Amino acid sequence: MLRPFTLHRPETAEEACALLARLGEDAVPYAGGTELLLLMKLGLLRPPHLVDVKRIRELNELADGGRLTIGATVTHRSLERSPLVRARCPLVASVARHVANVRVRNVGTIGGNLAFADPHSDLATLFLALDAHVELVSPGGRRELSLGDFVRGPWETARRPDELLAGVRLAPWPSRAAAYVKFGVHERPTLGIAVALGLNGGDGRAGARIQDARIAVGCVGPRPARMFTAEARLRGVSVDRVDDVVGAVGDSAAAGVDPADDLHGSADYKREMVAVFVRRALRVAAARAGGVEPATSFPYAVVA
Amino acid sequence: MDGARSPETIHLVVNGRACDLEVAPHALLLDVLRDVLDLKGAKRSCDTQVCGACTVLIDGMAVSACTYLAVEADGRAVLTVEGLAEGETLHPLQRAFLDAGAVQCGFCTSGMLLTARAMLAETTAPSRQEVLHYLRGSLCRCTGYRKIVEAIMAVAETAR
Ligand SMILES: Cc1cc2nc3c(=O)[nH]c(=O)nc-3n(C[C@H](O)[C@H](O)[C@H](O)COP(=O)(O)OP(=O)(O)OC[C@H]3O[C@@H](n4cnc5c(N)ncnc54)[C@H](O)[C@@H]3O)c2cc1C
Ligand code: FES
Ligand code: FES
Repeated sequence: MLRPFTLHRPETAEEACALLARLGEDAVPYAGGTELLLLMKLGLLRPPHLVDVKRIRELNELADGGRLTIGATVTHRSLERSPLVRARCPLVASVARHVANVRVRNVGTIGGNLAFADPHSDLATLFLALDAHVELVSPGGRRELSLGDFVRGPWETARRPDELLAGVRLAPWPSRAAAYVKFGVHERPTLGIAVALGLNGGDGRAGARIQDARIAVGCVGPRPARMFTAEARLRGVSVDRVDDVVGAVGDSAAAGVDPADDLHGSADYKREMVAVFVRRALRVAAARAGGVEPATSFPYAVVA
Repeated sequence: MDGARSPETIHLVVNGRACDLEVAPHALLLDVLRDVLDLKGAKRSCDTQVCGACTVLIDGMAVSACTYLAVEADGRAVLTVEGLAEGETLHPLQRAFLDAGAVQCGFCTSGMLLTARAMLAETTAPSRQEVLHYLRGSLCRCTGYRKIVEAIMAVAETAR
């Protein structure tokens, strides 16, 4: 059962922000409701006003400019099935396909996922590694933040109360090989590892060297985090010699996280899994960099 | 812009029949289906979108009715398990579930059938792997899933 609330359905971002500004703490944005309604059913949140953002047309865009723009109210399912996303950022479509279950994907949105900032988000981890930016709109104007600056901590973002998340912008990564591996036995992931390799020597060529590597680890900390020390070990390494360093890179990532004991496992266990899955994700990304799609599968894990 | 707190009239098509309903913004679709329309096929179990017992199709798309506002169904078509059969003739999926022995206690069955129906509308020739992927979040405590997957594969194969 839900407590009664007033439902607002603005058709423009300006109207929505004006409502949020006027109603202050009494109002929250509402998209798919897959997180929000759960909290409201439990009585953890009792907002007197919901501002439905799904009728705001600009928030529902999937557009290809210089960068790929994913509007905040695009659902996981549309992302998964979009020919544009599958062509331009196939890894994003593939990760979206493995979020939650089909019912949550049909209704849940990208904006809701990021604005909620649950530490067990696949997309936040992936977008951090892909150097995505989010766009925020408010009565005062628009601003763009890197994903790392947007997600502040568990369930905490840099969004001001009268701001709406308008969408995500992603540079395509023609010179990158990337992989995302998620692991866990619960509904939400226990661990998510995203690896993106910037190569010199062009696309899909064996022998190319890693110019810059981005490794993001999600679910085991308060927010997804880049593993800078581990990344540094990859600089200059040739993609067909990645095996020589995967052990050290994995260990270095494990040393860079500070997990807590919880239902997903003990802190020690999670640290160990970070080492294991960073190695695995890195091998997959390196194989892709060499133009090969490896036929790998790991128990209780998804390779996207 | 004024919001609505009091009940509003929504127009929807439930199992092929058009109806107008007065619903409050905070009414959940599952409660409206079960308590107002007396359609008890969709069930409440986990109440957290994890189990699939409350699955219904909105314009052909599977949703958890336990966590979906009834007002969202305005202007759309809702299919519940009660709408699958044509009169006395079972839907091919229902027939296949019976033939394969894919029903034990039956609590998950309506959700399984509707999820399978949504999948087959999108993918005419799913692999076993794809069926399992689509059924993620549709839990069965009895059958061990094998016979459910068998039944769905059987229907997919005859449709090919
Ligand atoms: C059973 C289950 C399993 C899941 N598994 C996964 C998983 O494997 N991986 C994963 O990454 N995620 C997972 N999730 C999370 C899922 O991705 C989110 O629930 C979903 O994307 C949230 O989107 P929504 O539109 O429903 O958000 P809502 O519930 O509508 O909103 C969520 C929050 O974001 C705010 N908000 C929404 N839109 C905006 C906006 N445009 N601007 C500002 N604030 C906004 C709301 O105020 C609210 O605080 C799972 C969720 C469930 C319920
Ligand atoms: S009762 Fe809705 S998914 Fe379990
Ligand atoms: S038959 Fe009993 S839960 Fe599936």
